[in-house]
Amino acid sequence: MTSPAPVAVRMTGISKSFGGIRALDAVDFEVHAGEVHALLGGNGAGKSTILKVLNGVHVPDEGEIVVGGSRLAAHTPEAARAAGIAMNFQEMSLIPTLTVAQNIFLTREARDARGMIDDADSLRRAQAIFDMLKVQVDPAALVGDLGAGQKQLTEIAKAISQDARVLILDEPSTALAVSDVERLFVFLRKLKSEGVAIIYVSHRMDEIARIADRATILRDGKHVITAPLSDLPIDTMIEHIVGKRSKGLADVVRGDVFRGEVLLELSGVTGPHKPDDVSLSLHRGEVLGLAGLLGSGRSALARVIAGIEPAVAGEIRIKGHKVAIRRPADAIANGIALVPEARATQGIIPAHNVADNMVMSVLGRIAPRGMVDRPRVREIADDMIARLSIKTASRDHAVSTLSGGNQQKVVIGKWLATEPEILILDEPTAGIDIGSKSEIIRLVRDLAQAGKGVIVISSELSELLTACDRILVMADGRAHQMLDRADLDDPAESDPEHALQVAERRLQVEIQKALSADTRIKEASHG
Amino acid sequence: MAKAATAPAGAFFANWRQNIIYIGFVVIFLVFALTLNDKGFLNPNNLLNIVRQTAMIAVMAVAMTFVLSAGEIDLSVGAVAGLATVTVAMAIAVAGPVGGILAGIATGLAVGMFNGWLTTKIGIPSFLTTLAMMGIAKGVAMWISDTAAVPILSPGYSWVFGGGSVGPIPVLMFWMAIIAGVGHVALRRSGFGRRVLATGGGETAARYSGIDTASIKFRVLVLSSCAAALAGMLYAGRLQSGRFQLGEGDELSVIAAAVLGGTSLFGGKGTVIGTIVGALMIGLINNGLILMGLEFSQQLIARGGIIILAVALSQKRG
Repeated sequence: MTSPAPVAVRMTGISKSFGGIRALDAVDFEVHAGEVHALLGGNGAGKSTILKVLNGVHVPDEGEIVVGGSRLAAHTPEAARAAGIAMNFQEMSLIPTLTVAQNIFLTREARDARGMIDDADSLRRAQAIFDMLKVQVDPAALVGDLGAGQKQLTEIAKAISQDARVLILDEPSTALAVSDVERLFVFLRKLKSEGVAIIYVSHRMDEIARIADRATILRDGKHVITAPLSDLPIDTMIEHIVGKRSKGLADVVRGDVFRGEVLLELSGVTGPHKPDDVSLSLHRGEVLGLAGLLGSGRSALARVIAGIEPAVAGEIRIKGHKVAIRRPADAIANGIALVPEARATQGIIPAHNVADNMVMSVLGRIAPRGMVDRPRVREIADDMIARLSIKTASRDHAVSTLSGGNQQKVVIGKWLATEPEILILDEPTAGIDIGSKSEIIRLVRDLAQAGKGVIVISSELSELLTACDRILVMADGRAHQMLDRADLDDPAESDPEHALQVAERRLQVEIQKALSADTRIKEASHG
Repeated sequence: MAKAATAPAGAFFANWRQNIIYIGFVVIFLVFALTLNDKGFLNPNNLLNIVRQTAMIAVMAVAMTFVLSAGEIDLSVGAVAGLATVTVAMAIAVAGPVGGILAGIATGLAVGMFNGWLTTKIGIPSFLTTLAMMGIAKGVAMWISDTAAVPILSPGYSWVFGGGSVGPIPVLMFWMAIIAGVGHVALRRSGFGRRVLATGGGETAARYSGIDTASIKFRVLVLSSCAAALAGMLYAGRLQSGRFQLGEGDELSVIAAAVLGGTSLFGGKGTVIGTIVGALMIGLINNGLILMGLEFSQQLIARGGIIILAVALSQKRG
């Protein structure tokens, strides 16, 4: 790259807000033809938002997009595609009722002499793509029958089949084995030599270091830096990604832990798919964090404990007694409650009121003779509203009228109503504003202090660090390391805000280590 | 590859639920043939009668297959067919057969575009849009005809649209075959058909893939109303008159035909051939039950039972 490469994409001053939350703030982003450009940032940094803006899914509030020298007139998926942009969505662009081949070539099907769709040709071309990537996907299978990994591969095949001038790959490697990633890289290098601009999003720094020429880092919806990768060693990247991001979390006081008896003990617990041979113990009065990337098996572990996907091997003991958890009801009977990941679909019924949502988990108890005990419902609801300081006009208002943070509190309240001893929270602060975040974390601390055992799953490391006493790092379904929260602190650091950043960097490094350890294990088993 | 190798042997057993409509059709036909032979079931005239009685349902059901495949529904088809018989008959009286045909097409287009506009632009679910349209179309038909039958005095029109026959073959059978053939190819092989299936299979995914899903929904609703208007023109031709009662209640038979044939009420899955067999099966059952001498009340119960059985057997379990 001696002569300056032509600019393939230039996004200038892109801003986008969702309901008052500024996801992108005057971001500039530029990608050259013939380069692999890594796009990096933590959760909520604005990576997927800017990609969706580029791809025409979101219309920017402000800013201009120039692709291949001409300004994009309209912000629609069709306009983006016409400009030569292709992207693999995280399973978002696949139609379950069509076959793999039909999905890959949807709207771009080959036509025969009479202008009719030639499905046989699609099958052949799809097979050719999978052969080139040397992966096993049946092009004639219905997408609805595929597992998550195969869907991802279909998404990737769909994106690369488009002969795009700008190819966006969002976390393509989550579905791929290590050897497959290498083949994908060979293919990307070939595209690169043909002048295609490739935008590559990944949380795996080792991958970025191997494939990317330049990187752009976003943080809190703002552009931080764009630089050649040679100027960005991994620790510098992590520093830019983490940045001076504290925003109120730092002043949550963790307080002293009183660790009581062991409440929950797992030994060699293995799920139907993930987790893989996980052992851990949870004490009364402590908060245990599960850290790891998407697909590391954090949520799968929670689902096993809660009986949604029962364990296929291993032993679960509660207060020393072996228990069999085969259904969610078994878990609830054993004092386990899971506050699920997808609030809107798994947690609440948005159109129902606060009180009705709150008692959903204890209907059997409050309606012993078939009729719901209305005074008891009011009592439970008012008690939870006060205890969790839920901001709602009344207990009779629909949950959909509440803010995200207060909706989450309703879900937590609903599960607290079952009077659990073990509470598992999966991404409890996803999509919640920062003020409510620290409130939820304080609540988690209080629950532990009140003698419950709490497990928190979060993709936001600063949150885990604020909430937890111990953190288990997971990768590919396995438990890698149990870290004591205190060991991540630098005793010399007195400024709490800065201390949190230091701890976050250390945790980030541990997660990356777990990933590369995982890679080594996989490679060893391959060879 | 291993999968493909084992497919032929297990294909029939693997797909028997999907193919239940064809198996059911043959079974019911054989049962009627054996038990009702002395009552003239196998008489060619009787069999052609089944086709005559089924043709209008089949024409509407082909379009309904597109509507359901796109994840929408059209409850107004029966009433629109009735309205079309009236507008066609009235137009023929003043402007002759060509005027009548144009009036029929215009009726279908107008209703369909209104349904489509309300559903895609205003955002009223098609279930409600077309439920309301069912009443409006019937009301207009009653109003403009003063609830009286409007005679059609054009033998040419009546021959082409439903009354005539070529040798022993009724013209209605040609209409059914043409619509079925065009519909089948359009759904299976055309870009439009693939977009319809994609829209119903996953609307967000279809939009992300660059499909204008609103336009697809608009077009299937227009298509459906036009098919309903054509069915009305066939009713009018066959009975040589326009009456608002014609086509009344057909929407249920039309939807039943499509669902029996394997089209999903939830979108993304549809087959025109299955729909045609579904429509013929409903006609077959009606005919057989009448020949058996069942009372109307018993016919209703038996027909409902057979439809539930067929759909239940086709459900994927587990």
